[in-house]
Amino acid sequence: MSDVEAPAVLDPAIRFTPRVLLAAAGLALLTAAPFLASEYWINAIVVPFLILSLAGLGLNLLTGYAGQMSLGAGAFMMVGAYATFAFQLRVPELPLPLALILAGVIAGATGLVFGIPSTRIKGFYLIVSTLAAQFFFEWLFLKFPWFYNGNSSATISLPGGLSIFGISAENPHGRYFLTLATVALLTILSFNLVRGQTGRNWMAIRDMDTAAAVIGVPIVRSKLEAFAVSSFILGIAGALWAFAYLGSASVQSFGLTRSYQILFIIIIGGLGTIRGAFYGAFFVSLLPLALDWLFQHLLGGQIDAGLLQNIQKAIFGLLIIGFLIREPEGLARLIGWKAAAPIRNPFSRSRTRR
Amino acid sequence: MRKTFLRSLAAAATATLLLAGQASALDTTPGPDSDKQFFPIASYRVGPYAAVGASIWAARIDYYRYLNEVEGGINGVKIVWQECETEWTAEKGIECYERFKNGLNGAPVSAYFPNGAPAAYALADRAAKDKIPQVTLAYGRTEATDGRVFPYIFPVVLTFYSEASALLNYIAEREGGFDKLKGKKIATVYHDSAYGRETLDPLALLAEKYGFENIQIPVADPGNEQSAQWRQVREVKPDWVFLRTWGVSTPVAIKTAQRFGFPSDRIIGDVWASSEEDAIPAGDAAKGYLALTPYPAGANFEIHKRLKKYILDQGKSDLRDPKAFGSVYYNSGLLDALISVEIVRQAQAKFGNRPITGEEGQWALEHLKLDDAALEKAGFLGLSQNLQLTPLDHEGGGSVRVQQWDGKAWTPVSDWVKADRETLRPLIEAKSAAYAKEHGIKPRDVGTN
Repeated sequence: MSDVEAPAVLDPAIRFTPRVLLAAAGLALLTAAPFLASEYWINAIVVPFLILSLAGLGLNLLTGYAGQMSLGAGAFMMVGAYATFAFQLRVPELPLPLALILAGVIAGATGLVFGIPSTRIKGFYLIVSTLAAQFFFEWLFLKFPWFYNGNSSATISLPGGLSIFGISAENPHGRYFLTLATVALLTILSFNLVRGQTGRNWMAIRDMDTAAAVIGVPIVRSKLEAFAVSSFILGIAGALWAFAYLGSASVQSFGLTRSYQILFIIIIGGLGTIRGAFYGAFFVSLLPLALDWLFQHLLGGQIDAGLLQNIQKAIFGLLIIGFLIREPEGLARLIGWKAAAPIRNPFSRSRTRR
Repeated sequence: MRKTFLRSLAAAATATLLLAGQASALDTTPGPDSDKQFFPIASYRVGPYAAVGASIWAARIDYYRYLNEVEGGINGVKIVWQECETEWTAEKGIECYERFKNGLNGAPVSAYFPNGAPAAYALADRAAKDKIPQVTLAYGRTEATDGRVFPYIFPVVLTFYSEASALLNYIAEREGGFDKLKGKKIATVYHDSAYGRETLDPLALLAEKYGFENIQIPVADPGNEQSAQWRQVREVKPDWVFLRTWGVSTPVAIKTAQRFGFPSDRIIGDVWASSEEDAIPAGDAAKGYLALTPYPAGANFEIHKRLKKYILDQGKSDLRDPKAFGSVYYNSGLLDALISVEIVRQAQAKFGNRPITGEEGQWALEHLKLDDAALEKAGFLGLSQNLQLTPLDHEGGGSVRVQQWDGKAWTPVSDWVKADRETLRPLIEAKSAAYAKEHGIKPRDVGTN
């Protein structure tokens, strides 16, 4: 079990020398990355990729590990973003990292509340109840000017800019390191969670909740835990999306399409794996850009620009279908380090066979 | 089997990285095009608003092509342009901005047009930081008119506040004077979004001033069912309806109004509900419908004659549907293109006839002046209003023309109607002061200039 989730670079349980080396190399690369890459790469590609990975990770804990379907990812991100804004605006003494954590806690509590129906319903019915969260928060944050401080455009942006303990992070490097540190910490947290009792409970519920109940897994508590932890991470991801990437956000930044996007990330990347979230985010955020670049340089000017854009969409869609036919369990299975090693997660195996 | 697939995947990934790596190499500052001016076009050709987009980009490209081929560029400086797909979203809009902000092959950016409210709001902070002026023509944050707080944001030509005021002035004209407004009922049916809510405050203020009854009726996005709203309209029996919808909600509103027996010639659409794309889907119900616009429809302005002769008739146009030539959105693209070019011209007068950077573009915008002579020279007389921007006033215009739909085409039914901007200015300054306070910005001292 503990060997299944081979982490990319941030393995907390380092055991083998090659791994140590690899981890060290990875860490060095991650630290040096912003000095090698251009501003465009950091601002427009790396930072959103990391945040989407984090959001995917959050949803994966709930959907991939605990088996609870959700279309409310955008809503919980929204809660996190608006809570961070409220803290930074009304309690300016509170440093940003603390505000982020508190916003995560609020998002987590929200997730807990909207997770209560999961104790009674599941599958498609649960999707509907999480969808309710999506619509409810879109309405709530527009309805009451208190949430966006009554400005005429109903958008939120951090009053003091992005600054950590008085040091401004309003530059590509600041954004990158803030995001990277958050993502790294939460990834480590997630690893430990899913490897511990909590994660095992979640997977037991995912695979068969009746059986889980029989062997003594506290169903209600575990489900609610999954909702809370998942929403905590999503909330922080939402705050980063709004303030470390977009700069200013409105409810439209976290609409239903965002929820779908996060869901696609984990489906494409691989349900029930940590690294799947990263693969999925890579696929969803970088492939369209690469396609765009390729088309611009190969065919730009020769074919009608509108047609060109639509062809790209079609190709992207075909690629998704292609990948999922090749490997329904997602990219994580396809390009896993341990693709050859048969030590599979027994729960996930039984799940896919069903 | 799996191995080979894996290998091909790895190869694809490597190729992607290599390609992308090259893409980033494009934005180096010196390059072969250092003697040219770069106009990035943040376009949307896919997504829900693609239908209106195509004409806008075609107009811009046609105008740039005309300048390059017929007039030899802007005072001899050739234009280069490149598109980037934003899908009208903030995320892609940011990606495009970051891709373009350092210029293209050495050709600098003089001003950036985000072409979409979400991207404009998201990029607002970056404009000042990167020193690239951001131009939002007839949309965006109204309080950015106050250049002391927003030095790099330019809601040129028309803000929503001015639009509301111009509407009132037009209604007063129709009713026979401002004293006739007292006791009249004016209902605003608006898209319940940042865009729709922009006119709440100015209309409340104007209602107080002129004594009309101000009725506000929101329509939730996307607005394809509006029975409840128009039932309400029928109950209150307003003298005029101000229709501030967007996209699909406009034709639905016009049709529903007809079903509830509200006359279409008593509905005045706003800037974003004033195109062929808004009226045609409503069919017969739209006959008589009025709309405000800062860029009236029509293909008989001087610039159209030039474009027709040198671009369209030569088969060099980017427009796929020739019927769209002279449509409201095509003309809006022409106005975008004109402003982007005039910024460069204005800056060249001070800095010399060479490519213009963002900082110089900002100076030019704050001193931009388009009088009748300049408009006539450019071929835009009648299509564009006079503009005069200052560091204190980033709007510079504030007029609209009213056009009426006859079932097939728009015909202008008024000359330029000016907004009463002095009345609204205190409201704008209060908003910008609040923004400055919230964000800890110390307003710039622009002096008396």
